[in-house]
Amino acid sequence: MGIELQNINKKFGEYKAIDNLSLSIPSGDLIALLGPSGCGKTTLLRIIAGLELADSGKIILENKDTTNLPPRKKNVGFVFQHYALFRRLNVFENVAFGLKVLPFKERPPRIEIRDRVEHLLKLVQMDWALNRYPSQLSGGQRQRVALARALAVNPRVLLLDEPFSALDAKVRQELRRWLRKLHDEIHVTSIFVTHDQEEALELADKIVVINKGRIEQEGTPQEVYDHPANAFVYNFLGNVNVFHGRIKNGKVSLGDHDLDAPDELKNIEEKPSQTFVRPHEIGISRIRSNENDLVGIIHEVRLQGGQIGLNIECEGLDNPIEAEVPRDLFVNLQLAKGVQVFVTINRVRVFAGDYEI
Amino acid sequence: MMALFQAKRRNILPGFGLSMGYTVFYLSAIVIVPLSMIFINTIPMGWEPFLNAVTAPRVLASYRLSFSTAFFAALFDGFAGLLTAWVLVRYRFPGKDFLDALVDLPFALPTAVAGICFATLYSPIGWLGQLLSHWNLQIINSPTGIVIALVFIGFPFVVRTIQPVLEEAEQEIEEAAHCLGATRWQTFRKILLPHLFPALLTGVTLAFARGIGEYGSVIFIAGNLPMKTEIAPLMIMSKLDQFDYAGASAVALVLLCISFSMLLLLNAVQEWQQKEYRS
Amino acid sequence: MSQPDTNNSKAPVVNKRISDPQSVQVLLIGLTYLFFIGFIFLPLGLVFTQAFQKGWSFYLESIREPYAIEAVKLTLLTVAIVVPINAVFGVSAAWAITKFNFKGKTALKSLLDLPFAVSPVIAGLIFVLLVGSRTPFGSWLGEHGIKIIFSTPGIIIATIFVTFPFIARELIPLMEAQGRDEEEAALTLGARGWQIFGKITLPNIRWGLLYGMILCGARSIGEFGAVSVVSGHIRGQTNTIPLHVEILYSEYNFTASFAVASLLVFLALLTVVIKNGMEKHFHKNSLHL
Repeated sequence: MGIELQNINKKFGEYKAIDNLSLSIPSGDLIALLGPSGCGKTTLLRIIAGLELADSGKIILENKDTTNLPPRKKNVGFVFQHYALFRRLNVFENVAFGLKVLPFKERPPRIEIRDRVEHLLKLVQMDWALNRYPSQLSGGQRQRVALARALAVNPRVLLLDEPFSALDAKVRQELRRWLRKLHDEIHVTSIFVTHDQEEALELADKIVVINKGRIEQEGTPQEVYDHPANAFVYNFLGNVNVFHGRIKNGKVSLGDHDLDAPDELKNIEEKPSQTFVRPHEIGISRIRSNENDLVGIIHEVRLQGGQIGLNIECEGLDNPIEAEVPRDLFVNLQLAKGVQVFVTINRVRVFAGDYEI
Repeated sequence: MMALFQAKRRNILPGFGLSMGYTVFYLSAIVIVPLSMIFINTIPMGWEPFLNAVTAPRVLASYRLSFSTAFFAALFDGFAGLLTAWVLVRYRFPGKDFLDALVDLPFALPTAVAGICFATLYSPIGWLGQLLSHWNLQIINSPTGIVIALVFIGFPFVVRTIQPVLEEAEQEIEEAAHCLGATRWQTFRKILLPHLFPALLTGVTLAFARGIGEYGSVIFIAGNLPMKTEIAPLMIMSKLDQFDYAGASAVALVLLCISFSMLLLLNAVQEWQQKEYRS
Repeated sequence: MSQPDTNNSKAPVVNKRISDPQSVQVLLIGLTYLFFIGFIFLPLGLVFTQAFQKGWSFYLESIREPYAIEAVKLTLLTVAIVVPINAVFGVSAAWAITKFNFKGKTALKSLLDLPFAVSPVIAGLIFVLLVGSRTPFGSWLGEHGIKIIFSTPGIIIATIFVTFPFIARELIPLMEAQGRDEEEAALTLGARGWQIFGKITLPNIRWGLLYGMILCGARSIGEFGAVSVVSGHIRGQTNTIPLHVEILYSEYNFTASFAVASLLVFLALLTVVIKNGMEKHFHKNSLHL
């Protein structure tokens, strides 16, 4: 096991940041801790690094119990959200830092340090910047240096705290792909924290969805997206329409309409329900294709690059439905504001019980 | 103590024990223990002797003098400081940077030097002393002289407190007022002045607190006539000279209490200032 | 009418504010200059005219006179001891306050403002009360041959009290702005406490530290009230430069008094120039501090 967390608890005053959390991460995996702001993911990361102390629980890194070790002895690489490069040291000195502060006996000779640093900087494509200072680099460049710096001491585990959130959208995308490639090369067990579900879905081998200090679901990106364990996960990963209604006698109400309830909920007597529909799992056409189709009028059209977003006011529904259609379809069907369309809901997820978004 | 240990567990960066320990030790040795000597020397006096010492006519006169001169000086500084801050922030004119730098001079200049300067300047044969004697005004050996010296001392406090606030004042508000038809004076009076008021108050209070305890710049020009131009700090000095430690402590205690309440008042004003500027 | 800016060392932001009418501007600027003339320029001018009243050679004599030299030596000794001691305290207090969270932080910060609320005479008084020869502690020290009040150590201690906040108050906002990230990063990379402090923190705060030390030093040289109480005014032994100025003045030796005072004025002007120069430097490179 690369990383094992057992029953971690952490309180800040009265506020429970981490609630009895346990997690296992295989060696060599790239894991995303995904969740909204304040859910405890950064706290968890810092606890693993030793920058915070858990109230209780165990932290085992590569089969070594490091719970009570200071950060210095944990051999963890940490990449900060705002890079935390040493502003008075140049790039070379920054990356060499971890090697230069080793105790005398363990410290490699200067030549070896130089080689290691140059190798790492080449790996992150920053070898040209050896003598530059952090203030002379862009955000993306600084983050790459920070990564090289963290890797220089051969950490057991690499931890990244929202590593790309401070960067422009385009740089963020580039660095994302680059990080994945890097990980494939060096295979260090890595955890990165993010609130951006797109990032998590794209990068991670496994996603851990966290809310209010607890794990809502762990799984591959596919599992978590297609088979969300509960309403929170469903809502967090991607855009969604939510309809509040009731389940009764095997039928789910969607406004004035009734749909067949999914099998697992057919036996419920009567309960409030939430029905989730993803915008791109809605079919739009000019003619009725199905007797369950809803009819409605397009109220708003949004250009979103390759996809077009539509807000449709349907009969029998209190709130408009958000749908997403490919551009071609939009053009071919001559859709526009005010046009009447038929809405086929291809796929729903229904959750019984109360859920607050 | 427990809280300190808990803090140590919570805080990850090293050195808490050492730095906190040294800081507390240093403050105790240099500040707390010496200051407590004032209390230690006054408490055994007993309430009555204490009151007598503190309400003796000469002592009362010295308090009155110190407070009134500091008050008027601070008030004058309020105006002069506001004027200077305004002119430095809003206008461009030859010598502006030069004046801006010189604002710090009273703060950097040793008080004794300021003292002999003003004493000589306003002495009967001094440049200004001669000028004023034409109008039969005697500055030296009078409370007015003290006020003048204190104006010099307190000046930077007001300017440097108002300047940053003035620099950051949003110009849109003034433009809005202008569009609505307000004259410059109205805009100043109704909008800018209230906005500046907390900073102005802070600066004036600082100048006042400084003025009460001021010694070096005042004793030369004051003449130190008992009951007339003897400031409270000098009162303390003379009691010390007579080895009346208890008496000196008593007078000092009253001054300290006033100063500390000024500090508390200042903190409260600054909190008000924070609220005002956040909204 | 546009008024030319004579000092263009800082990039001028074109002041697009609704400006006051010209007559008002002229009036206010004039009043300000009047104030400065009366309260700043005249006194400054006076120092120099008085100091050189009896000519250049008298000036030099007054400065080179043995008692004056002793006063300068004592002042320099005081500064040489007070500034490093207060620097260590300042760094220590700033580290404790900015790198950690604990209860009572605001109380601690308020304690740092204390000397500003205490009259210099009282600052001297408290040490007389503590270690004066008539106090129990003081007489015990006296028996062991250690004299504090009316001797150099007293001057040093009183000056320490009056100037101890300067360096801490410079460093605290600076270190708070810089945050803890770099130190935490160094920690994860395996650095120990002193390594973190020496390689990361100290280089980051060096300008703030220097600036604070300069302010502390300037204040130490000029302190008068507190030192006056504890020194005993013994010429040649317990006189600092400001005290020497006072003695000369009280003997009606005005020219010599101003001559020695002029040294302090030079120093004050130098401090003012450095202070303003560094502030402008800070403003430009605030991220690089």
